[in-house]
Amino acid sequence: MMTKCADPVILNLWHPVGAIAEAAPGAVQETVLLEERLSFAVDADGEPVVWRSRPDVQRADHIPPADRLPAISAYGYVWTSLGSPPAELFPIPEYQEPDRRKLNAATFGVNVSAPRAIENFLDMGHFPYVHTDILGVEPHTEVKEYDVEISVDRDEILATRCRFFQPMASTASDGGADVDYVYRVPHPYCSVLYKSSPVDETRRDVIAVFLQPVDQEHVRAHMLLCVLDEDNEDKVIKRFQQTIFGQDKPILENQVPKRLPLDPRAETPIRADKSAIAYRRWLSQKGVTYGVIPAAA
Amino acid sequence: MITLYDYELSGNCYKLRLQMSFLGIDYKTVPVDFYPGREHKSEWFLKLNPLGQLPVIEDEGLILRDAQAILVYLASKYDPSGTWYPRDNPALLGEISQWLAFADGITSTASAARLHDALFYDFDIDAARAGAHRLFRILDEHLWFGEQQGRNWICSASHPTIADIACFPYIILSEEGGVPRQDYPAIRRWCDRVKRIKGFTVMSGVFPAGPGKIAA
Repeated sequence: MMTKCADPVILNLWHPVGAIAEAAPGAVQETVLLEERLSFAVDADGEPVVWRSRPDVQRADHIPPADRLPAISAYGYVWTSLGSPPAELFPIPEYQEPDRRKLNAATFGVNVSAPRAIENFLDMGHFPYVHTDILGVEPHTEVKEYDVEISVDRDEILATRCRFFQPMASTASDGGADVDYVYRVPHPYCSVLYKSSPVDETRRDVIAVFLQPVDQEHVRAHMLLCVLDEDNEDKVIKRFQQTIFGQDKPILENQVPKRLPLDPRAETPIRADKSAIAYRRWLSQKGVTYGVIPAAA
Repeated sequence: MITLYDYELSGNCYKLRLQMSFLGIDYKTVPVDFYPGREHKSEWFLKLNPLGQLPVIEDEGLILRDAQAILVYLASKYDPSGTWYPRDNPALLGEISQWLAFADGITSTASAARLHDALFYDFDIDAARAGAHRLFRILDEHLWFGEQQGRNWICSASHPTIADIACFPYIILSEEGGVPRQDYPAIRRWCDRVKRIKGFTVMSGVFPAGPGKIAA
């Protein structure tokens, strides 16, 4: 079948399309992935069914198996693919830990390319200015030296030893603290962040952003929270993350150009952008063309 | 103490947070999971407001809904200067009411466009954006002529009124609905003036006035 997206790397990935917690059993939802209209439903057992939308099919059980797209349920979301996806999605082992709160903070539509949104997620330099009094505060603006590697085995980017002073790192915080961060980019349009838990110094909260590319310049951003917090209601934890994301949104939507330029000379990075440089290089090496401005050959 | 039933990303809730910050009123917040939880349509919330809409406040047993109505109430009760809603000035009260209704028009256009783009509401996006531009054009002209006469605010007064608070949030958030303010320079200058009112506070998506400029 012809697809509108011509990038085989992106076509063959798993992409998130919706949160299972917000899908009433059997109800068909419409969405757009890579410029194509899709329908999906989750049955009472949590099994997802995804298909290219067509007017004659209004129920998941009416769609012939041959016309279904690949579908899995993972980390609280329905994932599908318009190509031939890998057998497994990237792992997040912490998701299995029973004492964690696992929530879809929200799914927001954002007028941005997926790679620009990933880059913003990786950036610590904006914390004091955009997330003032929450994830950062002046004069604690320095991004200290951190390590970045592209793991060949796992095919993902790993940024470690990141450290930042945060006045209110999470809903469970009771004051400012130096917070340790680890970032993973295990998928061109997904990133997983680990940050010190205010309630257990041996463990980390997990916050992931899974971007559903609607087209090259629009995403649906799905935000997974997988955190340690025994005190706050779900809605309080969600509200915290939505507040953060709402602060990022105008920044994301005003990026120019909207697509991420991969030519190393296109934009001038500073030392704090080390993870972004690795991310751009990794996308180039993979041959990603969708949502980016590829470097001239 | 006043209780505000609140959703962080709601511009209508922000109107009240803004006003209470201007007036220096203490209040407590009950978060409502408007999205994705749709808690404003839950049974307990519909008992507070059968319309299923935010915001709602509770003050000394009084439950009040509708952002504009609450602005009127809070200003009448808690503004000792009497400037935000001057009860002894009928002409000004008429003007304020006119622009409070205009603010509702901004909600049904600019805010609708934002809900469509960010939260996937099934609205006619072209109509919402066109409607917002129509209202912005009218307000921009009104503010421009006001500036020529030395007036800084929406209504004919030397100080801001609740009409400015009511119109501000969904104008400053309009780009999130694909409604740029590039063509409305008088609106942009007015937004900057609102941001410089003592006690101004931000919400997600709204940034404080830039440094280096002295308030007019």
